Amino acid sequence: MPAPFILDRSSVTQVMAWVLAALLPGIAVYVWLFGPGILITLSLATVTALAAEAAMLKTRGYPLKPFLSDLSAIVTAWLLALSLPTLAPWWLIVTGTLFAIVVAKHLYGGLGQNIFNPAMVGYAVLIVSFPVQMTQWAGPLELTGTSLTLAQSAMVIFGGDVPRATLDAVTMATPLDALRTGLLQQFTVDEIMTQPIFGRYGGTGFEWLAFSFWIGGLILWSRRIIDWRTPMAFLLGVWLTAGFLHFFDAGRFGPPWFHFFAPSVALCAFFIATDPVSGATTPRGKLVFGFGAGLLTIIIRTWGGFPDGVAFAILLMNLSVPLIDAWTQPRVYGGADRRGKEPPA
Amino acid sequence: MTRELHTFKGGVHPPEHKAESNSRPIHVAPLPRKLVLPLRQHLGNPAKPVVGVGDRVLKGQMIGEANGYISTAVHASSSGIVSAIGPAVVPHISGLPDDCITIETDGRDEWIAHGPLDYQAMEPADLRMKLRDLGLAGLGGAVFPSAVKLDPGASHVCPTLIINGGECEPWITCDDVLMRHHADEIVQGVAIMRHLLGSTEILIGIEDNKPEAIAAMQAAAARMDFAVEVVVVPAIYPGGGAKQMIQTLTGKEVPSGKLSTDIGIQVFNVGTTYALARAVHHGEPLISRLVTVSGHVLRPQNFEVLIGTPMQTLVTLAGDRDGTTGVLMGGPMMGIPMPDLEVPVVKATNCILVKSAELFPAPPKALPCIRCTRCADACPAKLQPQELYRFARAADFGRAQEYHLFDCIECGCCSYVCPSHIPLVDFYRYAKSEIWAREKDKRAADLARERHEFRQFRQEREKKEKAEKLAAKAQAKRAELAVAPAEGTGAQSDADAKKALIAAALARAQAKKAEAAPKNTDNLSPDTQREIEEIEARRAKIRELARKPLESEEKP
Repeated sequence: MPAPFILDRSSVTQVMAWVLAALLPGIAVYVWLFGPGILITLSLATVTALAAEAAMLKTRGYPLKPFLSDLSAIVTAWLLALSLPTLAPWWLIVTGTLFAIVVAKHLYGGLGQNIFNPAMVGYAVLIVSFPVQMTQWAGPLELTGTSLTLAQSAMVIFGGDVPRATLDAVTMATPLDALRTGLLQQFTVDEIMTQPIFGRYGGTGFEWLAFSFWIGGLILWSRRIIDWRTPMAFLLGVWLTAGFLHFFDAGRFGPPWFHFFAPSVALCAFFIATDPVSGATTPRGKLVFGFGAGLLTIIIRTWGGFPDGVAFAILLMNLSVPLIDAWTQPRVYGGADRRGKEPPA
Repeated sequence: MTRELHTFKGGVHPPEHKAESNSRPIHVAPLPRKLVLPLRQHLGNPAKPVVGVGDRVLKGQMIGEANGYISTAVHASSSGIVSAIGPAVVPHISGLPDDCITIETDGRDEWIAHGPLDYQAMEPADLRMKLRDLGLAGLGGAVFPSAVKLDPGASHVCPTLIINGGECEPWITCDDVLMRHHADEIVQGVAIMRHLLGSTEILIGIEDNKPEAIAAMQAAAARMDFAVEVVVVPAIYPGGGAKQMIQTLTGKEVPSGKLSTDIGIQVFNVGTTYALARAVHHGEPLISRLVTVSGHVLRPQNFEVLIGTPMQTLVTLAGDRDGTTGVLMGGPMMGIPMPDLEVPVVKATNCILVKSAELFPAPPKALPCIRCTRCADACPAKLQPQELYRFARAADFGRAQEYHLFDCIECGCCSYVCPSHIPLVDFYRYAKSEIWAREKDKRAADLARERHEFRQFRQEREKKEKAEKLAAKAQAKRAELAVAPAEGTGAQSDADAKKALIAAALARAQAKKAEAAPKNTDNLSPDTQREIEEIEARRAKIRELARKPLESEEKP
């Protein structure tokens, strides 16, 4: 074994564990605001992901222990679970997770080789294939006044016989859906936003979820697990694009803060766009990647056929990564810069 | 006086482990029975032996002379008898043997006549030749011949002289200890360098984890009659690398593929500076140096060691322990594993680091790269190690070069921080060596192709010339025959003409054949002629013998 003979104490497992840990505040707030249903979704996705990971590793002739213990499959599972509707049926969760792990991850070569963010591939497949089932969101406790118990949530998720009224009492359109539907019905943004689902900045309850993801992001940044560039550029892309549209026609386009304080944007900024494997690697590339994803998110939300644009924006930017990286190579020590200028001397 | 310091990008903070060895006094290692002195201890051409087996040599006597400009001499570290000249195992990463001169010491340690040099009165070129003959080479690790570095070149002056006391590698403390105990001599060496290079700005960079060395050097610098600035720099690996030290102290970068002298800066290690002072003020060649012995030993410390001393001697002196898993020359970040402990201490040996499973656990199995770019954050050369790794793995060496593979200084920061525990530096070394090998092959192939193409061109040309010549001749012949009045009918004269042409062609072919016959047998001496005749006679006899049985078979 040649030099170096000492190693920093970091590991892939440690990196992934920090990501999971940083998601915990978000999950706690989720349970507190929307009921414990998410815990079932998370568990089911985790079990499915680990089983799929193990099966694929075995099929591909890879050792199980190092790759299962790297926790990357669980990160994918959690990110997908947090993106899915709270009360999505079990088969939706399983299908999405299987697609993420089997197709997006392992068929592309496994850990470190996937071009696309596995969780977003899973989400995209589901929203394209099962748009109706992807709407079963629990409303915030603050508005519904009641939430399903763990047992009731399990009943809903696993297709048990739940009275329609019980379900209707706890499910609601998300703020994003409400805005979308309202705009389609020719209401102005101001009129739509008088609905109780809209809170101070984002959606009622939803904005708190977003803040909790921000906290997780700050934890990751303080541990240097993620670079500041991607999230900042993404948030800037969202803010500027939404702000430009809102400034241009406030009646037809939602305000930038509404998008900015959406949980999907926060989750994407700190946990999804920052996925190292499928993201850009150069410092300037991270800025381009983040900004592009933010811009596309708003464009797809505004003019696309689906309620949210994060997944498609990320996948499109994933596609552009080789180009972004090649175009944003930094100047090396002692090398000339892009304009051919010699190093400082 | 405080100086505005600059920072370089990247770097890491591995545990320093300096305290283990830097508090004990310098211990002079005893004279070994046998000294093994490799002829290649420096960069450039190996020295040429100037002694023979059986010769008695004195301490400080030149036993290998510098061979060419980038080379330096090798000296006997003690008196004794030359017992062997030939390949022996040397401390090199390849583990391959190299030419060495082995001396059986006689224990008398008898010096050759030597004395100080009046360097200020000497021509700079003469002084440099003298230093080359005294075997000076950089002791920081690269062992570049110092005489070459002390030549300011065409500009006749190198404005900035940096003395590198960074010593950023963990465990190593030989420079620290040298500065603590020999600060005055180091500064005397600086005076000589200043004289040769005409430098006006002299900076001594020392990392802030060596307060005693800093104090000693500041005191010594204050005693000099010219300005020497001792600059305290933050401890970060690889802050003691020449390029990084230049950047920290001056904010300048050495342009890619160029030397620091191109931007008016020269850098020397403190050990080299000390050796220079010893050489000039005492006439001592480079026959000893300070070596840190640390790691898994009972008494980690620094030794003053004669070059050529087997490493085992030092490890034994420092107290070897059970559970040793190997020995490195150098530090844990850039050191090289030793094939065995019989290898000698050479000019490049700054540290002998004894490994154990606790101090240097085996690295975990490597996982795939997750492109987290921690390596890029740590890289002081501002490279994109994750991309270089990808290209090296895919054997895409062209792209690796496009991404500045050759600006990699192999400091090991990327491997150190990699959460997937990928031995990244290995991949870069592999890619570099592949590129070198391919360039060599390509040069050979290009030469072969050029030769082949020229041969084809020549053959083509000759063929064409021949055809033209033949055509011209045929034309002339025909004209000749046509002019001569034909006696017979037209048809007959035509046939005659053809016959004549054929006859002429045959004659030419004959002449050519005669011409093409080997000419080796022309102009032979009578002796050779006789020899050939004898050989011919023998061959005739053999032919005769070979024919006989056939004849006998024919006539039963």
